[in-house]
Amino acid sequence: MEMYFLLGFVLLLSIFLGLELISKVPSTLHTPLMSGANAISGIALVGALMLSSAGQMQDILAFGAILFASINVFGGYLVTNRMLSMFKKK
Amino acid sequence: MENLVNIQVIQNIVYIISSVMFILGIKMLGKEATAVKGNYLSALAMFFAVGITCLSLEIDIKIILTGVILGGLIGSLIAIKVKMTAIPEMVALFNGFGGLATFLIAWSQFNEPSNSMFQHALIMLTIYIGGITFSGSLIAYGKLSEKLKLGKGSKVTNIFISFFYLSMPALIYVIAEPSISQFIPQVPSYFLIFLCLTLIAGIGFVMPIGGGDMPVVISLLNSLSGIAAAFAGLLLLNNVLIVAGSLVGASGLILTIIMAKAMNRTIINILFVGYASSTKASSSEEQGEVKPITSDDAYLILENASSVLVVPGYGMAVAQAQHVVREMGELLEENGTEVKYGIHPVAGRMPGHMNVLLAEANVSYDVLAEPDDVNPSMDTIDVAIVIGANDVVNPSATEEESSPIYGMPIIEVHNAKTVFVLKRSMSSGFAGVQNPLFFRENTRMLFGDAKESIGQIVAEFKD
Repeated sequence: MEMYFLLGFVLLLSIFLGLELISKVPSTLHTPLMSGANAISGIALVGALMLSSAGQMQDILAFGAILFASINVFGGYLVTNRMLSMFKKK
Repeated sequence: MENLVNIQVIQNIVYIISSVMFILGIKMLGKEATAVKGNYLSALAMFFAVGITCLSLEIDIKIILTGVILGGLIGSLIAIKVKMTAIPEMVALFNGFGGLATFLIAWSQFNEPSNSMFQHALIMLTIYIGGITFSGSLIAYGKLSEKLKLGKGSKVTNIFISFFYLSMPALIYVIAEPSISQFIPQVPSYFLIFLCLTLIAGIGFVMPIGGGDMPVVISLLNSLSGIAAAFAGLLLLNNVLIVAGSLVGASGLILTIIMAKAMNRTIINILFVGYASSTKASSSEEQGEVKPITSDDAYLILENASSVLVVPGYGMAVAQAQHVVREMGELLEENGTEVKYGIHPVAGRMPGHMNVLLAEANVSYDVLAEPDDVNPSMDTIDVAIVIGANDVVNPSATEEESSPIYGMPIIEVHNAKTVFVLKRSMSSGFAGVQNPLFFRENTRMLFGDAKESIGQIVAEFKD
């Protein structure tokens, strides 16, 4: 239980940190920020890799989680990069 | 055993390093000069976190490689092929997949023996948020790509909405299930029913929300997928999941608030009330004659203008007119006219939609201005060209207190000397509010497809 309090604390601090970090973002960057953040939420891939393997059902769930999280990660970062490379000053 | 402990220590150290990299990456992503590097940094952090996790795997390596390679191929292919005009729906789609991954992770954890009460509750919460993110994002994808036309008011929508409301007590039930199952009879396979219910609930959550409110919905779903990942992190006791997930949750929340502010509405009002129920009372009787104009005449006026403000909206995205708009802007500048672009934060279908389209068309971002920058000097603008925007330039928002959009910050083009409105027809905007701008003395309507109309003006300039 102690572990959960500690990690809950990490969770809360990270949320406040996130709110502080990006409270002032120019509107030009709204889409890249959203898409970049979306790519980061693909961190679920790490969670998927930690799953256990006990029986066919668990394997199927793990495979699904890995597959979809990978789409999120690769697609998210690539499209953000593509978008950002279009923003330039003349 | 000794060896295993060492691996865990190394993993945790690397997780902390990648957490810091994620934090710095997202910070850099918020500034124009460092955004590209920020994205690389966060991708590198992801690479480290995933790589170090692979030191201790239980799942068959074949399953992992197939999943990652296949997922990577699909994701990369979509990301490279997609047109810039389709970005909103694609972000929605990727986001949905992230939600689905956490949904499946929690499902897998449920199948594990010996979950404590707290873990059980976490599993249910993660499933709920992940599931709603997934199906909600799919609906948002359908709406944005215009494959799904159902909206508020239809019978089907209402059925889905009732499932959404039903899902909340159901969530409380499944969380409490282990502790109350001694007292009340257990519902057979309640877990599977709950899985289906969350997915249906996500449909009911997004379906009634209209197109113009999509910027809010997309950023909210983005936030939810982060929160789901953070909960999955709690479940798996993994700190990098918690930190990265929370950061995404927070950034999505901020965008959601910015979008809601730009509409002068609360998030609750956008999600659960919508415009339709509050509009009918308004009586914008300020009708009158509209003054149509041809592109020939528009060209003559533009040729003599010394300052022009372009105000794009969703209509520019639909007509894919961003390239001709840029061309017109360049020709105007060659002609000695000062050209600026007035970008409203909620113009389009996602946060910053117009900025992306104009960037794609090679418009430099320093000529893009926000409402607060252009409104004070609006009376010095010779011609304001409104391209497929409606509600964000509706003067009712500042003048008519009974209007449902009263109080919403707008780009006050009605104060410019002349206003051109490019529009396909006289239909009202997303909010269903008549726009008195069209009947103003200084307004000229240029009916037709925006791309064609501007194309004609460009052709005239070249002659």
